[in-house]
Amino acid sequence: MLRRTLLATAAAAAMATTAFGAEHAEKTKVGFIYVGPIGDGGWTYEHNKGRLAVEEEFGDAVETVYQESVPEGADAERAITQMALSGADLIFTTSFGYMDPTIAVAEKFPDVKFEHATGYKRADNVSTYSARFYEGRAIQGHIAGKMTETNKIGYIASFPIPEVIRGINSAYLHAKKVNPDVEFSIVWAYTWFDPAKEADAARALIENGADVILQHTDSTAPQAAAQEAGGIITFGQASDMSEFAPLPRVSSIIDDWAPYYIARTRAVMDGTWESTDTWDGIGPGMVGIGEISDAVPEDVKAEALAMKDAIASGEYHPFTGPINKQDGSVWLAEGEVADDGTLLGMDFYVEGLTGEIPN
Amino acid sequence: MIRLEKRPQPSRLWTAAAPLIAVVLTMLVGGIMFAALGKPPVEAIRTIFWDPLFNPQFAAYSRPQLLVKAGPLILIAIGLSLGFRAGIWNIGAEGQYIMGAVIGAGAGLALYPSESVLIFPMMVLAGALGGWAWAMIPAILKTRFGTNEILVSLMLVYVAESILASVSSGLLRNPEGMGFPGSRNLRQWEAASNQELIAGTGMHWGVVAAFIAVILAYVLLARHIQGFNIRLSGEAPRAARFSGVNPARIVILCLGIAGALAGLAGLFEVTGPAGQISIDFNSGYGFTAIIVAFLGRLHPVGILLAGLLMALTYIGGELAQLMLGVPGASIQLFQGMLLFFLLGVDVFTNYRIRIGQGVAA
Repeated sequence: MLRRTLLATAAAAAMATTAFGAEHAEKTKVGFIYVGPIGDGGWTYEHNKGRLAVEEEFGDAVETVYQESVPEGADAERAITQMALSGADLIFTTSFGYMDPTIAVAEKFPDVKFEHATGYKRADNVSTYSARFYEGRAIQGHIAGKMTETNKIGYIASFPIPEVIRGINSAYLHAKKVNPDVEFSIVWAYTWFDPAKEADAARALIENGADVILQHTDSTAPQAAAQEAGGIITFGQASDMSEFAPLPRVSSIIDDWAPYYIARTRAVMDGTWESTDTWDGIGPGMVGIGEISDAVPEDVKAEALAMKDAIASGEYHPFTGPINKQDGSVWLAEGEVADDGTLLGMDFYVEGLTGEIPN
Repeated sequence: MIRLEKRPQPSRLWTAAAPLIAVVLTMLVGGIMFAALGKPPVEAIRTIFWDPLFNPQFAAYSRPQLLVKAGPLILIAIGLSLGFRAGIWNIGAEGQYIMGAVIGAGAGLALYPSESVLIFPMMVLAGALGGWAWAMIPAILKTRFGTNEILVSLMLVYVAESILASVSSGLLRNPEGMGFPGSRNLRQWEAASNQELIAGTGMHWGVVAAFIAVILAYVLLARHIQGFNIRLSGEAPRAARFSGVNPARIVILCLGIAGALAGLAGLFEVTGPAGQISIDFNSGYGFTAIIVAFLGRLHPVGILLAGLLMALTYIGGELAQLMLGVPGASIQLFQGMLLFFLLGVDVFTNYRIRIGQGVAA
């Protein structure tokens, strides 16, 4: 019998424990699955800050657990299942590659709530959430376009997925707007976190004359490489990376997950949790713009902040026409604003970008 | 004075005892490490070695998971051990594993959405072929041009990783995946899915294949002339040549078997636990299997046990992270210690300690 105890039995047992616990007003258990180490200084670091904020907000009423550096493959499903078995009430899976595993585990644990970051598959007990990082990219592009002297901007991209492509397009459009001569060189690193690879990419771009390095990878290695080279400007990614300010890091895009994590935890405690799809930007505070350092001229800084306010208030959308696709066909007509569906599935470059999206 | 004296014969006692002593030493030093991290050492060790098997909350789930995790490790390590015995150092099983998965999944996906029962067997064959073909590159380069198989097979891992990244965002990308990289989920396509054979046991075709490989490798090494040739080539290459063993044939045979088994492991993984080809599909099984092969003393039964032990440290390590909040890196350190102590203790298999005045040589 013992050896034959099936997963279903275990799941039922775990749920029974949870239900039993709830009656006794036990702690709400919130779990986090991280793709990198919590000390990456970028993506996972910010998610972990969100976790700590949940602990601070609710004190003894919550217990949080996490598992770091969980590979996005066969191991993810086990990690999530074990977390659910350990009695978690709410589990955040914080990377795109956890999508199918999250859905699969959620089917087996209908009473546990799941939140998957940056994916598109939902279920009755699975929500998705993501941030409109491209809003921050617009501001970066503006500053980069104004400040580059070589007119060459290097971009360290991770994977060719819509989120990354959106960021490239947004940064390029806004750099081009203030500096028609600007050129983007894009390096695909095929990793979210690999300091050695990211540093190599940064050095290669700098050697090719780029004096601005934008990154869509999570480590601080490109910042260090730029600092070493000197005369280069960079932007913090996912986290403020303020240890590299005022130069090379002149500003940053900060993912602030804390308000969302607190709100969702509260919803589970209140019993008001529902499956939703959240895509928030600068306005609701999910995307923050790190302090623009003194290395940026006053007027550029003022323009950047004005753009930030316009985006936050909804007055300006970074993808407002006229915008053509790379092949010259019209994407958005004059004054037209991109719809979320197209943005979510974005798989094309805008006009002016060179090279192809790798396939 | 303490000195080491070479034993005339490797000690049988130490050969058998070394892995056990290494495990005990790992527990001790690992415990000290956990204590230094401010975690309860006894509880941490217990969580790693005991809880996956007997914790009432997790065991029903994690016991079958041991097989799921150990299956590919054992399958790959069996193939590697044959080569290692013959002195052929295939370090690139990770690449062969990837190529088996890519070719096997690709062959299947080409026929999507057919529901023919022949799809899965065909994919298994294609997976084995993919791994075999990838291993043939270092094999032929070695036999024809005398290149070093360590370097070639290792470098081909990075080529395979790039191919994996390319096909998951191009050729094999799920057309219904909203532009995100990653193939269709093979587990949701019945004809191609490698389901659990008996629900709740973790037994899937990959685990079955691993057990079969253990038995066949045992028979090959103990009873078959090729097994004898393999051992002879490793232990006494000159003697092997004099007795008519063709070294090139041994290279092709060993790398071929290792490649095919790694390819099979990749295919069973992609159709089962992983479910899809994605950029991060490979999770280091090909490299970990090298540790498993040595931990198992390159002996089929030893590899079986070593694979299970390695799987235990993985799953126990995950539980320790989850329940005690120990950092992920400390678990890798812990696994590293295991190999380190094994190699260290191994000295006593071939040498003995002499204390006091030795006889002048």
